[in-house]
Amino acid sequence: MNLSPVQRILGALLMAFSFFMLPPLCVSYLYGSAVTADPWSLQFLMHGDGAARAFIIAFAAIFLTGVILWYPARSGGRHGKQDLKIRDGFLVVSAFWLGLGTAGAVPLMVAESPHMPLTDAVFESISGLTTTGATVLTGLDDLPQSILFYRQQLQWLGGMGIIVLAVAILPMLGIGGMQLYRAETPGPVKDSKLTPRIAKTAKALWIIYLIITIACALSYWLAGMGVFDAISHSFSTVAIGGFSTRDASMGHFEQPAIHYVAIVFMLIAGVNFSLHFIAWERVRISLPLEIRGWRLRVRTRRRPLVPSAVLANYRTDSEFKAYLRILFVLAVITIGYLHFVGAFSDWSESFRKGLFHVVSMGTTTGFTTGSPSAWPGALPVMLIFASFIGGCAGSTGGGMKVIRWVLIFKQGYRELMRLLHPNAEIPVKLSGRAVPSRVVEAVWGFFAAYVVVFAIMLIALMFTGLDQVTAFSAVAASLNNLGPGLGEVANNYASIGPVAKWVCVLAMVMGRLEIFTLLVLITGEFWRK
Amino acid sequence: MNILILGAGQVGSSAAYDLSRSEANEVTVVDFDGDRLRELQDRLDIRTVQGHAAHPQVLTQAGGGDADIVIALTDSDEVNMLACQVAYTLFRTPTKIARIRSIEYTSTTRLFSPKAIPVDDIISPEQLVTEYIEQLIHYPGALQVLNFADGKVRLAGVVAHRGGLLVGQELRQLRRHIPHTDARVAAIYRRRADGNRDSILPEGDTVLRENDIVFFIAARKDIRVMMSELRKLEHPIRRVIIAGGGNIGYQLAKRLENTNQVKLLERDKVRARYIAERLSKTIVLPADATDEELLAEENIENTDVFCAVTNAEEANILSSLLAKRMGAKKVIALVNRPSYTDIVERQNIDIAVSPQQITLGALLTKVRRGDVVQVHSLRQGSAEALETIAHGTPETSAVVGRAIEDIKLPPGATIAALVRDGDVIMAHHDEEIQPEDHVIVFLTETDEKYIRAVEKLFQPSATLL
Repeated sequence: MNLSPVQRILGALLMAFSFFMLPPLCVSYLYGSAVTADPWSLQFLMHGDGAARAFIIAFAAIFLTGVILWYPARSGGRHGKQDLKIRDGFLVVSAFWLGLGTAGAVPLMVAESPHMPLTDAVFESISGLTTTGATVLTGLDDLPQSILFYRQQLQWLGGMGIIVLAVAILPMLGIGGMQLYRAETPGPVKDSKLTPRIAKTAKALWIIYLIITIACALSYWLAGMGVFDAISHSFSTVAIGGFSTRDASMGHFEQPAIHYVAIVFMLIAGVNFSLHFIAWERVRISLPLEIRGWRLRVRTRRRPLVPSAVLANYRTDSEFKAYLRILFVLAVITIGYLHFVGAFSDWSESFRKGLFHVVSMGTTTGFTTGSPSAWPGALPVMLIFASFIGGCAGSTGGGMKVIRWVLIFKQGYRELMRLLHPNAEIPVKLSGRAVPSRVVEAVWGFFAAYVVVFAIMLIALMFTGLDQVTAFSAVAASLNNLGPGLGEVANNYASIGPVAKWVCVLAMVMGRLEIFTLLVLITGEFWRK
Repeated sequence: MNILILGAGQVGSSAAYDLSRSEANEVTVVDFDGDRLRELQDRLDIRTVQGHAAHPQVLTQAGGGDADIVIALTDSDEVNMLACQVAYTLFRTPTKIARIRSIEYTSTTRLFSPKAIPVDDIISPEQLVTEYIEQLIHYPGALQVLNFADGKVRLAGVVAHRGGLLVGQELRQLRRHIPHTDARVAAIYRRRADGNRDSILPEGDTVLRENDIVFFIAARKDIRVMMSELRKLEHPIRRVIIAGGGNIGYQLAKRLENTNQVKLLERDKVRARYIAERLSKTIVLPADATDEELLAEENIENTDVFCAVTNAEEANILSSLLAKRMGAKKVIALVNRPSYTDIVERQNIDIAVSPQQITLGALLTKVRRGDVVQVHSLRQGSAEALETIAHGTPETSAVVGRAIEDIKLPPGATIAALVRDGDVIMAHHDEEIQPEDHVIVFLTETDEKYIRAVEKLFQPSATLL
């Protein structure tokens, strides 16, 4: 196996990632200048709002690590420059996520506040990047703004996928980009490209992601959040992350409008982005101007905008319909139960809180208002189970993805039909099209791997001394990239031991990369020449 | 450019490979065969869509609305034409290219117009290959003969032999040998010890050696004279045996039968009968091309050229090897796979003709940006000759108004000739290029980068001042 292209790309990606230390640095100066008299002194440049030094050090450290990796491999060693092979893709993506998780922990370790130990910092950083949203921090309200912003930004980068971003902006990946893209994008079918060029597909995804994020931030702001909170929360909402800048999470904000905005954008972000892309394309070709190269031109072949056509692809998509149906049923049960048990004083609060948590847990975001883990009856466990379903394939959500459950369900239904009509030809269909049996088989394989990994991690956590409820919910919340669990980990993971934290870290990365990308690395076949 | 390729066969796949190498192109390939598409997508950065190439839903899904060029290369002429029609009707696609094999369609000119069947360019591989082989038979001794400027200028590739007057001498002697003709050596490929060939940039003091492959450019009338400089002039070809009575074999026989003595071998009796009815002088023999007795009986040892042009390339190789062993003076075989071509030309087969390369060249000409009139790929794509038009004024163009020696060409590129107002001007170093000159450029490096650089060079730009 030739490691040189892997090393080269890993180095380049780390170099690129180091630049993401700069936005929090700017935030640091922005908020620091309010309290310091002389914003141009050297001391201020090192201090900012308390964490500037951490970001400067992190920037330098990560950039240098990248250079050290990249430089010796830049021309590809003795075989010349080589493209990534399919198997290299798995290695790059796994190594990058693990490496980045560690690199992302640097500012959290170096900063004076929070100044976390290695385990905690890596946990926090991976939890951010994988959009899990589980935290070991308490007292968020007192942390420097730049650190808070940095956590949100980690989630935002991880949401659409840091590799997808790299493919979009780094032209050097070439055809290798497809291998990386495949290893990172969630869902059972990974060959569908939105545009012919992988770089353009990645770019299109990020542009849509950006547009939704901006819309979300604006909506939060209009609903009554401050500018900083609006932007920060829009990052973690659209990324389906769940980090908040407040200890009380979304519960800190009392306006119902803010909760509804969160609900709407969590729903949008949990949908397959290729549906958004197709809808956006329909809108785009009706616009009078187009960008070709870098120039703005009048569109030559313009077509009229048909609103029903824009929405048509949502309406015909099996996964989207199932996604809404599942959330609807869960919401009805939750709201009804909350009301009849009398958990809240009036209908509107039951409705709002019930819906909010169903969407937050169902899409694997993990925002909370209050403590749903203390809700009556089976509700907390039901919501944890909802996270196994998760968002749609190709969304920023976690879990096993709606499409897999749809396929499993349809297959079960097919077996029932076969009992009734033993000779009938019954294909499994999605959106009106037969699904290749290869895909269905892969879903079962994935399901089995998920269950096995889950069981092993559950037992590992229980060996570290956690009770069963805590261990079960912690693994579920990590593997599904949900965030908050039940029992000890209902609010944060500070109290569990270091070994348990590392198990959770592994679960989060496995969940984000859909298990196989990591599992393939431990097969002997992978390392064989 | 958004390019939609319909059909992922040999030509479709190679076109996708070639076009997707350029960063500026976005290529989508449509085919029925999902496995083939998957294999293609693993290798190339393209989008693939599985489905029927002419179905509107499939074309829409493949981004037909944004496509600048539709290239229909499926097996079926009818599907190709219909796909162009659908693309034009639904999306007003500006350029539509279709591969159409049947002469019945291509010979009817009025058929193809925006109001009838909206195909802008027709590619007919059989016709291209037939013309190509006809040229080779017309110029015995040439490996490749290519037309530029509507056939006024030709580029020919020849293996230098001891009988040639120029062999063993410096190239600058050429002027002395043939003072009244103007010809120019564009490239020389010299065989190394391991059997591969290196390209040598021809200079005045380059000494030609035996067995060099020499590409030269000359006006049509001068080709023969020039060839006599490089090898003993062969007798004109008289007796031709064609193996295979498909479209190519049939067309070839039809073109040659009035000037040559043509025999055609076709295994299928019905087809043989069909061809015999439509040809006047050709002797059609319903027999297998590997039938030794029949070949002996038909005087294979006195045949000037044996052409194996059946659909099966392996059969072509074997039958031409047999013919060569039995005494045919020269054998030509249709071979598609580039890896075969190399092996075959080291054996006893004189010329391997690749229909795929020929079709691809014709196709790329139509897709190339700038004012590229002709692109010919040489030596299995390792070299390229292109004809382009110099536009603009000395202020806006990097070539117009400049002497050839002052033009900065990428490595491996040489300007071989100019065609001005229908006259051929050989590219001497002090010749100045004028607007609207057709310039023939020879590239021995077919790196995408260099080809693009040449194309860009000839495009006038407003910023160049």
